[in-house]
Formats: sequence, C-alpha cells, structure tokens
Amino acid sequence: MKIKLNLGAISEPLQSEKLKTGDWGTHYPVVDKEKCNGCKTCEQYCPDLCIEVKEVGEEKYAVVDYNYCKGCGICASVCPFEAIKMELKDIFKV
Amino acid sequence: MKKVVRGFYSVAYSVKLCRPNVICAYPITPQTEIVENLAAMYANGELGEAEYITAESEFGAASMLVGASAAGARVFTATCSQGLILMSEVLFNAAGMRLPIVLVNTNRALSAPLSIWNDHQDSMAMRDAGIMQVYVENNQEAHDMIPQAYKVAENKKVLLPFMVCMDGYKLTHAYEPVDLLEQEMVDSFLPPYEPAAYMTTKKPLAFGCYAPPHIYMEFRVAMQQAMERAKDVMLDVFKEWAEVSGRDWGGHITVDFPDSKIFVVAMGSVVGLLRKVVEELRNEGLSVGLIKIRTFRPFPVEELREALKDAEKVIVLDRSVSFGYEGPVSIELKSAIYGYSSAEIYSFAVGLGGRDMPKDFLAKIIRDVAEGKERPGFAFKGYQEFEEVIP
Repeated sequence: MKIKLNLGAISEPLQSEKLKTGDWGTHYPVVDKEKCNGCKTCEQYCPDLCIEVKEVGEEKYAVVDYNYCKGCGICASVCPFEAIKMELKDIFKV
Repeated sequence: MKKVVRGFYSVAYSVKLCRPNVICAYPITPQTEIVENLAAMYANGELGEAEYITAESEFGAASMLVGASAAGARVFTATCSQGLILMSEVLFNAAGMRLPIVLVNTNRALSAPLSIWNDHQDSMAMRDAGIMQVYVENNQEAHDMIPQAYKVAENKKVLLPFMVCMDGYKLTHAYEPVDLLEQEMVDSFLPPYEPAAYMTTKKPLAFGCYAPPHIYMEFRVAMQQAMERAKDVMLDVFKEWAEVSGRDWGGHITVDFPDSKIFVVAMGSVVGLLRKVVEELRNEGLSVGLIKIRTFRPFPVEELREALKDAEKVIVLDRSVSFGYEGPVSIELKSAIYGYSSAEIYSFAVGLGGRDMPKDFLAKIIRDVAEGKERPGFAFKGYQEFEEVIP
C-alpha cells in the first residue's frame, strides 16, 4: 500500500497529538504475563510513562503503550523477574 | 522594444513584468543594482501590490521569502557569493518545503581571499540543495529566463526553487541591447501564481515538519522525482517561450557543430566568446564543436550522452573547483557519459575570481588539446607560477 506524503512536509496544527512516536525505536518490549507479578518497578523507571501495571480480572501485570514506547529497554533491564524481553522489530530484521 | 540596458535592469525589468508579490533582498556586489532598480520601481509605484522588504542580511531575506512563499506569494530575490552561502541554510529548507522561490545569482567568487569578481564557485556550493540552476549566456537570456523560471518552478509537477545564474560583472554590469518584454506577452505566458498549499491566519500550516527516520527519506526521494519531472517541464516551457517570444535558446544544452571530433563544454557568459573562438578554429580546419550547458540542475545527462557519443576529446572549462578533485562541471559530465562515450576528457579550471580569459588563451587551450600537447585529466589554466611563503 502506498503511504500518503504531504508535499513539502506541510502539516496542519495539532498533528503532534496524532504523532505516534512508538515507531521511532528499533526494539519493543514484550511482557511475559506468567513471570510478571506486577511489582511496578518498570512503571517507575520508564522515562516515557509507557508501561503501566494493570489489573485484569484476577491477574496483575505490566502493559506497554506501544504508541509511544521508543524501545529504550530500561524496563527489561530493571525487571527483577526477567519478565520483559526486548524484541527487534520486523522491519529491522535483515 | 530593444533598448541598451545593463544586465541589472534586464533582470529587474523582467521581474517586474512577472508581477511578484514580495521582493526581499540584501545588497551585495555585483547584484546590487538589480535590487536597487526594483526598489526604485517600488518607490515609484510601478510594482503594483508588491511588497519590497529591505532585509538585514541574506539569511533574513531568504527567511522572509520562505514565509511569504508559504503564504502563497510569488517571490523574488537576488544575491551572490557570501550572500548566497549565507542564504544556504534557508534555501536547502525552501527546497525541502517545495517553495517555488525564484532567485538570481550574479555569480561571484567566494572568500577567502576576498574577491568580488566573477566565477561559479558560489552557485556550485548550492549544487545539492534541490534548487534548479540555469546558467545564462547574455543579458537577453537572463531577461527571458525570469518568466520561464517562474513558470517551471510553479508548475505543480515541480515546485522547487529556481536559481538563474548570470555572471557577475561580465553580464550584470555590461550594457547590451535587450529586447525588453511586453507586459501583455508576459501576462499571457505566465498565469498568476496558484500555490499548491498556503497558510493564512485562519488556516495555519507548518512547512517542512519534523520527519523521523521512518519517513524522512521519502521526502528526499520526492524531491529527486520533482527534479526529474522538472527536466521535461523545462523543455515544454523553453519550447513555449521560443514560440511566443521568437527567441529559441535551446533545451538543456545547445550543441554547435554536432559532428565534431573535439568538443568544448562550458556554462555562462564565456560561451559567447567560445562561439567566436570555435568558429575561427574551424576556419583553420580543426574539427571542434561547442556545447553550452544551460541547466546544471537537473543535469542534462541523456543530452550529453547523445551529444558526446562519438566525440574523441572533450574539453570542459570549469569556473570553479571542488578542491581535492577537479571542476564540478567536469565531474558531472564524466559521471554522465561514463559507459556511453570513450572520449578523452580534458578538465580545466579557468577564470577564477575574475581572471581574464581572452580569446587567444581559450584558442590555445583547444589547439594544445587538439595537437596532443595536453594530457587528459585536470589542470588549472591561466595562473602564474608561485611559491608559498610564510609572512
């Protein structure tokens, strides 16, 4: 599918709200719900407020906001249970 | 109506006929009188609704034009040398924002050492900006090129800045008979500017927005495609101009004596003199032709391949140097004809910083190449032997 490209990179106001910066990164975090116990360490360390522990029914685990996550990997690095893994995005796979 | 005017006036008068909305400039030798003439026309109320803005620098002038152009104005500026490179940050932006700004560059050498005289180093520094560049041979061509520049730049298939390059002093200060255009004719050739997109206070827009790696490249590809389309648009516009004005300046290149074994390739005002030199050398029995490159960007790749396919020797006269390699025109030409011509290429940098290039000097270069006294490759011609000393 062809993408739409504005002539001269011309943009209307307030487009930044629609700008999903999540595609900036090369990697993205994947949470293993089994290993995650909802300790919120990742939540506190995320520099972009992009990971949040949510209660879903009986379970409690970290949920990533991929719209804005830039894939820095801090959450994976600080997780005490090794419940978060950084995966390379498909478009960067050679 | 034919009048004897200076190069400055031939440009200024033509700009006036194109009905610009905003003119913004900062004076620099040898461009000054172009904008002085326009300022006088403005003061006398001859520019209609146009705004003439005196800028505090070339950077300011170019920036104001970007704003004006983004607001939908037909704009004009003129500059050269240090002024052009001061504008460069803005002009690279203007190209990316796809604003059809028309500017005249009165080619002048770059500092240091300070020189106000003519060569092509300034516009060559803007080679990769995404700006169309046409080099004119005389003041009539400069006069005729302004309406064509607007028509090409404003074409929806193109939308890129257009720089008309005319040699400083050699053309700007020269008095020549110029057939001045009529307003009616220019009006029918060049319709009022209809911007593709423009901002107003009611409809604000941002131009040249932030483009992260996932999208930046596409915009640059789009610029290249616009340049490629510009090649065809230019040919259409040049042809239309020849029909309506009766003056045919040719396409992207012009070729004199296409069956020659040796070709001289040059741009700008020196072409006029070379025409005379080539004619005389042909009378001596030398098989020499002349190629004038008019459009340097987009570069006339196919045209040169065709023109030089059977050439034996090609002499490129550059008016600037890419230090550490050779003259830019020669570099481009070699790259263009690689694999299409087996001609030996003789690349000479001549006439830097206004160094005179008399007829005999040019004839000797061509004769020496013809007689095998020169080796293919790069050399400076017309300088004194020297030794650098610490003062």
